[in-house]
Formats: sequence, structure tokens, C-alpha cells
Amino acid sequence: MFTKIKTVAISLTTCALLATSASADDLIINFDDLNPGPKKGFEDAVAAFKAANPDINVTVNLNDREAHKSAIRNFLSANPPDITSWYPGNRMGPFVDAGLFEPIDDLWAAEGLDKEMAAVQPTMTRNGKIWGVPYSYYQWGIYYRKDIYDTLGLSEPKTWDDLLANCDKMKSNGVTPFTIGTKYLWTAAGVFDYLNLRTNGYDVHNALTAGEIKYTDPRIKATFANWSTMLDRCSFVDNHASMSWQDAIAPFANGDAAMYVMGNFSVDGYKNAGLTEDQIDFFQFPAITPGVALAEEAPADAFFIPSGAKNKDAARKFLAFIAQPEIQGPWNATIGQLPPNNQASISDDKFIQEGFSVVSNAAGLAQFYDRDAPAAMASEGMKGFQEFMLNPSKVDEILARLDDVQNEVYK
Amino acid sequence: MTTSTEPFQASWFTRNKLKVAPFLFLAPALFFFCVYVVIPIFQSLQLSLFEWNGLYNADGESTATYIGLSNYTKLWNDPNFWVSIKNNILWIILYMLAIPAGLFVALFLNQTVTGMRFYKSLFFFPFVISQVVVGLIFGWFYNPDFGVIAKVWQLFFCEEAINIVGNVTIKCRVPVPDILSSPDWATYGIIFAGLWPQIAYCMILYLTGLNNVASEQIEAGRLDGAKGWKMLWYVVLPQLKPATFIAVIVTIIGALRSFDMIAIMTQGGPYGSTNVLSHYMFEVAISEYGERYGYGSAIATVLFGIMMIFISYFLWRMYQDEKRGT
Amino acid sequence: MFPYPIAKSTPRFRIAYQAFLPIALILWLLPLIAIFLTSVRGSKDINTGNIFGWPTEFKLFENYHAVFTQTEALKYLTNSVLITLPTVAISVSLACLAGYALAIYRFRVALPLFFLFVAGNFVPFQILMVPVRDMSVQTGLYDTIQGQFLFHAAFQTGFCTLFMRNFIKALPFDLIEIARVEGVAEWKIFWFVILPLVRPALAALSVLIFTFVWNDFFWANVLTQGEQVKPITAGVRALNGQFVNNWHLVSAASLLAAVPPVFIFFLMQRHFITGLTLGAVK
Repeated sequence: MFTKIKTVAISLTTCALLATSASADDLIINFDDLNPGPKKGFEDAVAAFKAANPDINVTVNLNDREAHKSAIRNFLSANPPDITSWYPGNRMGPFVDAGLFEPIDDLWAAEGLDKEMAAVQPTMTRNGKIWGVPYSYYQWGIYYRKDIYDTLGLSEPKTWDDLLANCDKMKSNGVTPFTIGTKYLWTAAGVFDYLNLRTNGYDVHNALTAGEIKYTDPRIKATFANWSTMLDRCSFVDNHASMSWQDAIAPFANGDAAMYVMGNFSVDGYKNAGLTEDQIDFFQFPAITPGVALAEEAPADAFFIPSGAKNKDAARKFLAFIAQPEIQGPWNATIGQLPPNNQASISDDKFIQEGFSVVSNAAGLAQFYDRDAPAAMASEGMKGFQEFMLNPSKVDEILARLDDVQNEVYK
Repeated sequence: MTTSTEPFQASWFTRNKLKVAPFLFLAPALFFFCVYVVIPIFQSLQLSLFEWNGLYNADGESTATYIGLSNYTKLWNDPNFWVSIKNNILWIILYMLAIPAGLFVALFLNQTVTGMRFYKSLFFFPFVISQVVVGLIFGWFYNPDFGVIAKVWQLFFCEEAINIVGNVTIKCRVPVPDILSSPDWATYGIIFAGLWPQIAYCMILYLTGLNNVASEQIEAGRLDGAKGWKMLWYVVLPQLKPATFIAVIVTIIGALRSFDMIAIMTQGGPYGSTNVLSHYMFEVAISEYGERYGYGSAIATVLFGIMMIFISYFLWRMYQDEKRGT
Repeated sequence: MFPYPIAKSTPRFRIAYQAFLPIALILWLLPLIAIFLTSVRGSKDINTGNIFGWPTEFKLFENYHAVFTQTEALKYLTNSVLITLPTVAISVSLACLAGYALAIYRFRVALPLFFLFVAGNFVPFQILMVPVRDMSVQTGLYDTIQGQFLFHAAFQTGFCTLFMRNFIKALPFDLIEIARVEGVAEWKIFWFVILPLVRPALAALSVLIFTFVWNDFFWANVLTQGEQVKPITAGVRALNGQFVNNWHLVSAASLLAAVPPVFIFFLMQRHFITGLTLGAVK
């Protein structure tokens, strides 16, 4: 008799289990930002997705940003999740080329993203196909001490000459024009990118990072000539090579330096250092060569589907969901960044407002030197930029060396 | 000579146990060692002939492509490689300073006063803490804004001023030297930091060696009127030969292997000028802008080759010692 | 003894020497004292750049408490323990066996195998980096505690075998001969005759291996990816928050990271020193 009950019990439980598993879809997402703000933004979006799709069972794996960069190389082939966060542009190159991501052109077409995310579509494209959906990007530009500008009677420069004139006035009053921290080299790349985008425009910059133009090309040399001028008249703080970008906030906060070429994530840092919103403001990097359309740096974060994912349907649903303006707006409001969907709403923080108008009207969106150029080129390039900043007279040697590296890397 | 008390029909195993036993004892250690050390060395040598970004494609096949010796030709033409080699040579030469320094600290401490054991242990302290911590401390020491060196410099060459927004700032007639950002001086700064634990290690080697110096010889030397340097050179040092041998081995190996401090203090910068082969290889293969495993393996092979020269010499010396019989 | 014993020289010289000793020690340990001062500093000092001056506020308990509550230091320390202890156990045991074999038995490949262990211990880590990492990934040992201690145990076997072999070789061979004559099985000779005699060497070796593995940084970076199984050496770096330089916390954590090897060192000084200087005492 007991055996009979046992068998019945077992079969009932099995049925129940089968029933639940049959109606629940599993979706595994790997995400890489542990900072409280971004984590909350993501979790809210996931919660909204779960509410809209109650039959999908979402599991989230959180990884530290740096660890994620090496973890992804392994989990894409061994036991991949259904969705992973990563960076578009050349950064997704190795994975796309190894066939580890899933193309989603159909999704973009179906959701009308080619219109709503037109500015960022080229960045998500490789080898003629589209590979992921971006959920956030942020603007770069020049953050400055409004109070110092006011004291010196300066206004936001619109052209290169305006900026240089501002710098002259600052220097004669004992203020270092720019602060920067190049211990971690990417900050110098930010300055280079803008100088190149303003001197030569988006197409030339892209051609350079794609390996189609040499570093010793006269147009690139012109960029470095402008940089020389900048180092001279709009000098940077001493000792920047031993400062991280956070260390470089100190002179900015103390009033020793008045401007910082940075991304919007730095605003929190300024506030933590004691500056108020009235003391800081933002302007777009001024035009250099007249007539060159203004492109901007706007590094994007995106989600991708690994080609080995088990549940691609649920993954596609997720991507379609988070591409919507109603989701992107609040998410980016939480993390203080910009939604790639141009239909989304934005917060009324003054930096976000200004950033949104700058980026939405941009003639093109660069993804930052270390994402646009392949890794080997990026690392040598950035070392070259730092060396140039410390030793501008070595420019020819540096550019010749970068050419050699370029020949090696882009075969 | 053992007499066999076993009957004629003893098993093969019992008859050969003296031949078989050592291999049984050796087996686990040897297995582990082969799997994790010996085989990987050959794998690395092989990998240096390929170009690989470490990825396996969707079918699980490696995406490596065979390119023969071209990693080595690339290396030959790579300025970073030559900078690293130059730095490695600097490390070996300057690290050797730890040996006489260790000797002198050992001589200084080779007295019997109360609490000397306590002092000896504390002097040894720097070796026991992780090189990461040592690197962090010295990194802060060298910092041009708040480091110890900076503060002392500022006393002489800088003064306080008020800047445009009314905050206190420091203006210097001569800018504070930024050691870790100077391509000329950074390596010396890092080597100096590395000498701290290394001197402690050599000190302990010599302290033990000094303990075993035959006191009759010292007495005899004193009677002969030998004092100070003469005593040191003619009587003591020859007896410290084994300690010196070990000190030289660990110092050279330590210099060639050093990775932690460079990784923590400068990440090989500024613009690669403090790179050494061990760090460059890491940068090329595993760091964020690396992932060139084939190229990295080529660098590792070169480093391995250089170390093998030293290792072979040491092994040869050890072999001579073994032959002379101990 | 050399140099001239202080006890026998003039009282003035003796007093001068004894007075100079603590000064010398403080100078020598200045960096450590500095990092300790930083670890008791408040964050106000850090933000205003007062890293090496006298702290304006003393937050010894708060900082060390914060290290445990606000950061993952406890997890990193636990990981370090979980990695180091098995490594010591495995490598020392394997080396005992291997050292015994190489010291006692006469066979042709004894010396070459011995040199294999010695050489393998001295190779630069980097030559092992890529294959070991790849193998760990393929066998699923990547980013695990086991993956780390298995590697460390294997690598340290080289040094340990060198050590044990030299030590056992110095033991009197008669004991073994006598046991063999009495027909004792080989493994019994190992277990009952040799093992008790090598206890001091085991102590020395364990202390040394503990220190080496606890302080390792390179392999912690190569064999881990997330925060879950990082030991304290690699974790200290991660404690620098992404947007704020928490140097006071990093210093406190670094000192905490240094405590176990230092503690063991003080307890087992004699063994430690014996271990390191084995070759010098010929």
C-alpha cells in the first residue's frame, strides 16, 4: 500500500514539476555594473520586463566591470548566458568574427530601431549585420568652473581661437587651464579624439581608427600641431602622468585648474569633492577647422545575444523590451546618462539636457579611441598620446612608430 | 650488504621493490609537476609559433593560426621588447646591490645584546609582507603631491599661495620631481622599492651563515692581527660562500621574475618605459588591450631562455657539489 | 665571532650601539609605519591630500571595521586561507614522498629528476601563464578555489622537493639499512622511520610555502575573474573604489593582508629561517 502511495506521490510531483517547467521560460542575463546607480537602473528594467512577461524566469548574474572583460571571453563559448552586456564598435569585433554573437537585423527592422536609434546604428553594425541593442550612452565635452569663468569675465568658447584666448586670460591670472590624469591612458585619448574630430571631422577620424589613413598623414599631423598649441597656451596640470582621472579632480575642485575634458560620469566626482552645481557647467568642445561638422564622443553600452544561447526567443523579447523609449528614459534618468532611443524622455538635470541636445545633433558618434581602434593599436596609440603630452618635440618619432604598429595590426 | 631471506619464488614486485619503489613514491609529485609545469612549458613554446586571441569559436575549436617564427621577427622589431630587455638588465645589475647591503645589515646585527632576536625578526619584516603592499607604499612615497619626497621638496622649493577662488594652493619654483612618471627615473624608483624586501632576505641568509663561521678561525685571525676589512675579506667571506651562492641565485631569479611591483606602481608606464619582460608578456597576453596569446608566448619563451642560462649555471654548480659528495 | 663582539668593547661604544639599534629599526621600517598611520587616518585627510603627515583624526577602529563591513575584505581573506592551506598540505606531502625517493634510492634518473624539480621551480611564471590558464578554463577549474590551490601545490612541489631531498639526504642512512635488513616494507620505512625525523623540516617548509602562496599576486590575477574567489593580494587592488580613492581602507586592508604571514613568521621564526637558509648551512 505504501509503495502505491509513494508511486502516486512521485508521479504527482513529477507532473507538477513538468507543468511548472513547461510554462516557465528561462532567461539568463550577465550584467557588468556593480555601482549602486547603474545596478538599480538595470534591476528596475528587469523587474519591468518580468512584470510584462510573467512566464519568463529571469536569472541575473552580476560581474565586476573589469572581471567581466575577461570573463566574457570564456563564457561565450563555455556555458553562455542568453544575454550579455558588452561594448559595440570595434570592441565587439573579436566576438563577432569568431561567430560568438547572434545577428539581430530582423529585430531592429521589426522594432523600427533604424529610425529610433539611427545615430548609433553604425556602431552596432559589423560585416553588414547588426549585433546588439544599446541601452545607454553618455556625452563627452568640456566641464568647467563657472565661478572662475565669471570672475575672469569669460564666456563659453565657440571656436578654437575663443578657447585659446580664454586660456591666455586664465594663465595670466594664475589658473591652469586644463586638468587631466593620464596614469590610466584613456583620458589622453579623449583629448586626441576631440582634437581630431574637430580638426578633420568624423570620416577622417573613423578612417584613422579603421587603419585606412596613416598617423603621419598631413591631416593627422595637423591635429597634433593643434595639440601642440593647446599644450602651449592651454596647458595641463603638472604631474598628470601619475594621476588617475579621479586624482585629477583635486586641482579642479581646489580652483587651481578651470577645465576638464571628460565624460558625464565625472559629475558625481566633482560633487563628491565639494563643488556645487552652480560652480560647474559644460560646453561642447569648440570647433577648430571652420566648416567641419561637429561629431561627438558617445561611448555606448549594449546588450548582445551569444550565438550559443539556449533561449534566443526570450532573449530577443528582452532586447526588444529594453529598446523601447519608455524603458530607456527612466533607466538613463537613474544612471544620469543618455538614452540611445531618440524618442525617449530625459531628466531635467542641466548636464543631461545639454548633453542630449549636443549628442542628438551630432554629425556622427565616435565610440572612443580604445573602442574604435583594435586593442593592439589602441594600447600603443594611447601610450603615444601620453608620451606626446609629456614630450611634444618627439611628435615625428611617435607618429612614425604608430604607423609601424598600424601596419602590423591591421593586416 | 643485505642478505636475502626471501624464498626463491618471491614475487617480481618483492624482488624489484628497490627499483620500483622510488617511482611509486615519485609518481604523484611528478604527475602534478608535469601537468602544471613541464607540459605547459612545451605548450608555451609551441604556442609562440601561432597567432591566437584566446578565443574558441562556436564549435569549440581554437581560433589559432600557425605563423611560424614571425612572432619572433615581430619581437625583434618591437621597441617595447628592447626597452623591456634593457630594464631587465638594469634590474639584475642593481638588484645585486642587495647582497652586499644584506651582508652589512647582517654584520650590524650580528651581536648578542638583549632583544637581538626581536630586532632580527623585525628587520626581516619587509620580506614577509606581500610585494603588492610594498609597491603600494612606495607608490605613495613617490607621489608628487602628497608623498614623503614631495613634502620634503616642498619645504625647500615651494610656498603656499592663494588661488583665484580663495583656496590655498602650492606654487613651486622648481617643480616636484615626479619619479614614477619620468621615463628616465621610474625604473630606478621601482628597483629601489624592490631592494627593500630583497635586502631583508639576503640579510637573513648572511645572519645564518655568520652563525656558522668557525670561531677558531676568527680567533686565529685576531691573534694574527687581522682586523675589520682584512678579517672580513680573508677569513669571513670565504666561509660565507654557500650563503653568497644562494643569495646570488635568489637575487637574480627575483630580479628577472619581478612583476608585482611594476604592475602596482606603474603598470609598465610611463608609456611603457618601465616595462620588463615578465610584465610585457602579461600586458600582451592577458590584459585588457592584450589577448595576443601567441605573441605573449614568444616573449615568455625569450624570458625563459634568458633564465635557463642562469638556471643551467646554478644546476651545474649544484651538480659539482653533488659530485664532490655531501 | 665577527664583527668584534659588543660585549667586549668599551661601555660607551656598547651604549651607543644599543641606542642606535631602535633608531635603525625605525628608519628601516619607516614605510610600514607610514602605511599604518595611513590606515588610521580619516577620509577628510585623504581628500585634502594629508597622506603622510600626522593624522588629524584617529580612526583606527572605524577604518578597520569599515574594511570588514563595507568591503569584501573578509571574503578575500577567507579565500586566501582556502587557497593557502590546501596548497601547503598537498605540496609538502607530495614533496616528502618525492624527496624521500630522490634521496634514498640510487637510480640513474634520480639526479636528472631532481634537477627537473629545481629548474621547474625557477622558471619564470609567465611561460606557464597561457597554457595553465587555458587548461583551467577547459577543465572548468577557472575562477575556482580548487583551480588555484591545485596550481600552487603543483608549482611549489618543485621547491619543496628540493628542500626535502636535501634534508633527507643528510639523515643517517644506517636507520634505513637496518630496517631493510629486518625486512620492513619500503613504505613502512618511510612512514615510521623517516617521517618522524623530518618533522622540523616539514614545519619550516610549511611556513615558507604558506608565506609564498599567501603573498602571491600574479596567479591570483591570471586564474580568477570575478570577486568570488580572489585572494586578498588581488583583492586589495579592487578595494580602490571606482570613483573614490579609499587609501585609508586600502592601507588597512593591506596591513590585514600582511598579518597572517607575519603572525606565522613570529611564531615559527626559527623554522622560517632554517627553511630559507637550508642551502647556506652546508
